[in-house]
Amino acid sequence: MPLASYQTSVPVVVDDAKCIADKGCTVCVDVCPLDVLRISDMTKKAYMAYDECWYCMPCEADCPTGAVTVNIPYLLR
Amino acid sequence: MALDEIVDGLSEVSCDVLVIGGGTAGPMAALKAKLKNPKANVVLLEKANVKRSGAISMGMDGLNNAVIPGYATPEQYTKEITIANDGIVDQKAVYKYAQNCYKIIEELDSFGIRFLKNENGDYAVKKVHHIGTYVLPMPNGETVKKALYRQLRRARILISNRYMATRLLKSADGRIAGAVSVNTRTAEMLVIKAKAVILCMGAAGRLGLPTSGYMFGTYENAANSGDGYAMAYHAGAALANLECFQINPLIKDYNGPACAYVAGPFGAYTANNEGSRFIECDYWSGQMMLEFYNELLSGKGPVFLQLKHLHPDTISEIESTLHKVERPTRGLFQQGRGVDYRSESIEMHISEIGFCSGHSASGVFVDDNARTTVPGLYAAGDMASVPHNYMLGAFTNGAVAGVDAMEFADSHDFAEFDATDVAMERDRVMAPTRREDGIPPNQIEYKTRRLVNDYLQPPKVTRKYELGMRRLAEAREDMQERMIARNAHELLRALEVQSIMDCADMAAHASLYREESRWGLYHWRTDFPEKDNENWFCHTLLSKRDGKMTSEKRAVEPYVVPIADDEKDLYDKQRIRASA
Repeated sequence: MPLASYQTSVPVVVDDAKCIADKGCTVCVDVCPLDVLRISDMTKKAYMAYDECWYCMPCEADCPTGAVTVNIPYLLR
Repeated sequence: MALDEIVDGLSEVSCDVLVIGGGTAGPMAALKAKLKNPKANVVLLEKANVKRSGAISMGMDGLNNAVIPGYATPEQYTKEITIANDGIVDQKAVYKYAQNCYKIIEELDSFGIRFLKNENGDYAVKKVHHIGTYVLPMPNGETVKKALYRQLRRARILISNRYMATRLLKSADGRIAGAVSVNTRTAEMLVIKAKAVILCMGAAGRLGLPTSGYMFGTYENAANSGDGYAMAYHAGAALANLECFQINPLIKDYNGPACAYVAGPFGAYTANNEGSRFIECDYWSGQMMLEFYNELLSGKGPVFLQLKHLHPDTISEIESTLHKVERPTRGLFQQGRGVDYRSESIEMHISEIGFCSGHSASGVFVDDNARTTVPGLYAAGDMASVPHNYMLGAFTNGAVAGVDAMEFADSHDFAEFDATDVAMERDRVMAPTRREDGIPPNQIEYKTRRLVNDYLQPPKVTRKYELGMRRLAEAREDMQERMIARNAHELLRALEVQSIMDCADMAAHASLYREESRWGLYHWRTDFPEKDNENWFCHTLLSKRDGKMTSEKRAVEPYVVPIADDEKDLYDKQRIRASA
């Protein structure tokens, strides 16, 4: 069966100006219980790669520069 | 390298004690095992990262079941938990927990985790349960994981993050021999030989689908997909009372606790749309959940947690806990809805179903030494059958498991497993990556969990269950023959769906076996609406025999703490009677 992807607005937002993943930081990627954050090959910044979020907060709480914001997933809001 | 690219590989390591799951019970089990024999190798395997994994990822607001001298006795606690579970309790394990938990509290205190004290320096324990007083707030509860992690590093526990265990290995004579695992970011496989294995893999929390429709908006940490239940089942271990589902009263849509255990002692209470109380006690029991369910359906709903009558300073104090610990996005959620606790009540709903002994009684069967029915295999925390054990139970029983498992490892050599078992497991794990075309894991998961909601959630109707099992069998065929995973992350989800499917089958099988109603809403069978103590005052044990799912009765062990006849039904009287 052929596959299609569909759009979804993701709850975790990263401020590229504050994110220091390009300097080697991987804290948010490391701590996420659902393993949904990654470092972008293009921007070298962290981003939410998979919309599978428990809106639990370690990524935001542990980010050393305050670059990560956890929002409530749209379907729950 | 492309995102989560699959690497084909298999390696093998060995250790004395393998602890699977680094949430709450797991770190304590690993720590106690290592302290028991500092020369031994203890590996702590974790699907996520031990720093932030499990139910207490962001800490916990308090202890819900602290048996503290001067406030409660082990006898009283054992009695309360027995009554709250309709009598189906092997008291020995509960009593042992009640005796040991104060020592664990003192130990946690020495780790730097603070508990609320009054002006005299005594623990400020609050009453939430029907009979006794066991709730102890934790003013710096957000630091629990950090404090535990420090202890693990100090004891030199070997931590392997981002490895998902998939199956247990056994020797020909049935003893535990280790586990097979897979890296969640590369799909490389790792076989871990071990003399003893402790399963601390949390609840089966991704079983039902939350009413929001968001698959990961579950009550439990959504990483808790029931892998431990599935692994224990396939290893031939017995699982107890799986029909005693977990269903909880939660903030509607947000799907986290409101939380009456925090707010109740300050004077908050559960009320219907008329503003009236309808339950005697906010402690989570099946009987309480049945009244909650009935109120929602009666036309007197919605149901609310009422706090607006409290002093604004009190509300600020409650908020400072609720919006900081356990589920800190609660505040963000309420803000988005424009709900201020000072002027508006919190709309409540009931959660999806799951397995979790932390709040109910559904778990891998263990005795009072945390031993399962497989020699060398242990279980603790939300996935082991000690009922209502919450966070403190996970710590306390994790400690018991750690010590006993190390004693077992010290007196046994490695058991030999069959290499073909590993080869077969590798084929099963990697199968979704070897298909060109098919159905992605998220669709199979959604369908499976939607079927769980449609057919398995209470009230349990035999005919619905029969239909549900047929539909689940069809979904299983799709999962086994057609599921695809295009990268290592999708493979993680594909493996989780297989745990979810196993748990759905077990939930259905166990529920049909017990032909009575018990534990309020948790096991309400419309075809057998009455409690039947004559035939069903027993545990049910589910296990895999000759490849088939089977259930059997197991007698309740003689009580350590006797229950008087007039006490037995105290939890049945949850509904507030209209006053004359």
